[in-house]
Amino acid sequence: MSSEVWWASQDFWRKCAIFVTAFMFLVLILLTFHSLAAITAGQDRVPAYSVINHRIDYVFDEDRNMKVPVIGEEAPLFGEVLTEEEARALVDLGKLTVQAKNCMNCHTLLGNGAYYAPDLTKAWLDPGWGNEQARELLMTMFLKDPKTNARTYGTNRRMPDLGVTDEEVRGIIAFLKWMSAVDTNGFPQGFEPLPQGGA
Amino acid sequence: MAEAVLDPAVPTAAAVPERTASSLSAGQRLALKYFAVAMVLFVAQMFFGLLAGLQFLFPEFLYGVLDFNVNRMVHINAMIVWMLYGFIGSIYWLVEDEAGVELVGAKLANINFWVLTSAVAVVVVVFLVVQVGPGNQTSIWFINEGREYIEAPRWADIGIVVCMLVFFYTVAGTFMKGRWSGISGTLVLDLIALAGLYLAGMFYTTNLSVDQFWWWWVVHLWVEATWEVLVGCIMAWGLMKTLGARREIVTTWLYIEVALMFGAGILGLGHHYFWIGTPEYWLGIGGFFSALEPIPLVAMVVHAVYDSGRHGFQSRNHPALAWLIAHAFGNFLGAGVWGFIHTLPQINLYTHGTQWTTSHGHLAFFGAYATIVIALIYIALQRWRGDVWMSGDLADRGWKWKWSLGLLNVGMLGMTIALLIAGYEQSFIERAIGGSTWAAYFEGQTQPWFVQGMQWRMIFGVVMTVGLALLLWDMLTIGRGEKRPAKEVHAPEARVG
Repeated sequence: MSSEVWWASQDFWRKCAIFVTAFMFLVLILLTFHSLAAITAGQDRVPAYSVINHRIDYVFDEDRNMKVPVIGEEAPLFGEVLTEEEARALVDLGKLTVQAKNCMNCHTLLGNGAYYAPDLTKAWLDPGWGNEQARELLMTMFLKDPKTNARTYGTNRRMPDLGVTDEEVRGIIAFLKWMSAVDTNGFPQGFEPLPQGGA
Repeated sequence: MAEAVLDPAVPTAAAVPERTASSLSAGQRLALKYFAVAMVLFVAQMFFGLLAGLQFLFPEFLYGVLDFNVNRMVHINAMIVWMLYGFIGSIYWLVEDEAGVELVGAKLANINFWVLTSAVAVVVVVFLVVQVGPGNQTSIWFINEGREYIEAPRWADIGIVVCMLVFFYTVAGTFMKGRWSGISGTLVLDLIALAGLYLAGMFYTTNLSVDQFWWWWVVHLWVEATWEVLVGCIMAWGLMKTLGARREIVTTWLYIEVALMFGAGILGLGHHYFWIGTPEYWLGIGGFFSALEPIPLVAMVVHAVYDSGRHGFQSRNHPALAWLIAHAFGNFLGAGVWGFIHTLPQINLYTHGTQWTTSHGHLAFFGAYATIVIALIYIALQRWRGDVWMSGDLADRGWKWKWSLGLLNVGMLGMTIALLIAGYEQSFIERAIGGSTWAAYFEGQTQPWFVQGMQWRMIFGVVMTVGLALLLWDMLTIGRGEKRPAKEVHAPEARVG
């Protein structure tokens, strides 16, 4: 019976499977070329690594109807302006450390990972650091000794001591600062950054 | 002629001869080894899942010894690897039957099994003992890549690719030597895509957006595309073997599923590109195509249930058929419905990175993949025990397989609902009200609905553990001492035309 009508024939569906798969894959390849160009560091959506030399804010954009990162005046990380290559090397050390310490199996990065600890997408901008002046010191102290400086907010979930070196700490903070400037289409929703500027 | 020996659908004489592993073909013996390791890893998955679940309730438990990130990493990697072992075992089980000849390169395939298994063991030991390393490439190459699901260090990545090439050679070679069918053609093409996609995850980049872009190529295009087609092939073969369904029917359904699965799933990848820095057009493309992803899963349910009903549920292997039906529904509910509920960007903005994902992940992996591997293991066990009776009216009324089926599925559904409630609460408190800060995150984690969700998850996790213990007990005993031959079902080829 199935061979009597075209829509139930094996041949028809085999051709469908082949053509649909080939077409969709082709579209994906084309979109991949476009997307990769758009997310190269230094392009519209993903900042250059030297963004860590600047103040980063997160403000509402009327046209896009969502919050977007805004790169402001010079505000060098640890008071030191880095060249593009130095900044890339420092962010790279941070990214390598985040991978080698398996951060993603407790935290989420850009919302992906595990859900035992907070999302790190906007960790650099989190109001929990109090103000811009204290932030770098507090982050450093926390990463160096997370047991003593635990920030558990009543859950008793403490970050383990992962034995990060001073340079790795600087790298992690640089990586977090860079990540907070990635345009994530308004994710996470409703995020209000810590107060910007002010002495 | 080899087919007559290998086809378990052909009824044997009334007196069941005693069989041992040596009476199985080379591919079947190899499949049993893969299945055995798969079940060991299933136990490991469950064990480390329980530890990680306990840490949500008692954060001091094993703190500094086996931290959550280690337990969770072993939990999800044991899962990925046992499912891969289950798929490889299933394919080795069916390849000779489907091709009609003996396995090509059996010796090589056997060595390959031991190499792959040794590599897996080394990776797990390093995960548990070394855990983390300094922030350099050596850690990425030898300890832990630190990317969810594909944490295996780079040396193991390369080893996996080599082992997969050997596996592919033996399977494709067997089909080339024997005969091709719609199922085997689809299977081989799918394996090429599956192996090729793994390469997309084998490089390091500083740019996290680029990193996650390619990472999703591996994770999504495996789990939501090529794995689905792979189990579609296994399902088609399984329905022929358990029910005697017609080859023409299952093959046509398989093509329909491939068209719909790749039609929706390839661009459905876009639902992972909403928030990682990729352009805004992914909100529309990802939302639209991923919303279509449940359709092929509906097709699979219709297919399986219709075929079962058409054959009056007269199967030669009840446990296998029950798990195949569990697969059809589990896949539809877990991957389909639970995926759909948070796939639109308007909703995903609030649910991304919360326990919604956990809820979906648990039911989807179990429903879509664990179930069908268990079904194939039952098919293999029946043959191994001498093509014995495994339909209704088993010696002990089949209580062990029935209870394990029930406990595992009820446990998983309970866990899924508990996690979903926790996820709802998290979306409200942390995201919608709290604005996604760290303080809001922890505020969400301490609310009663969240805490109780975690408690119920733990309780249902224990239910699943009991189910797993029963399942393993049943696998070790079912069919032993059974004297009746397998129930006769119509061989598929005999019905064509």
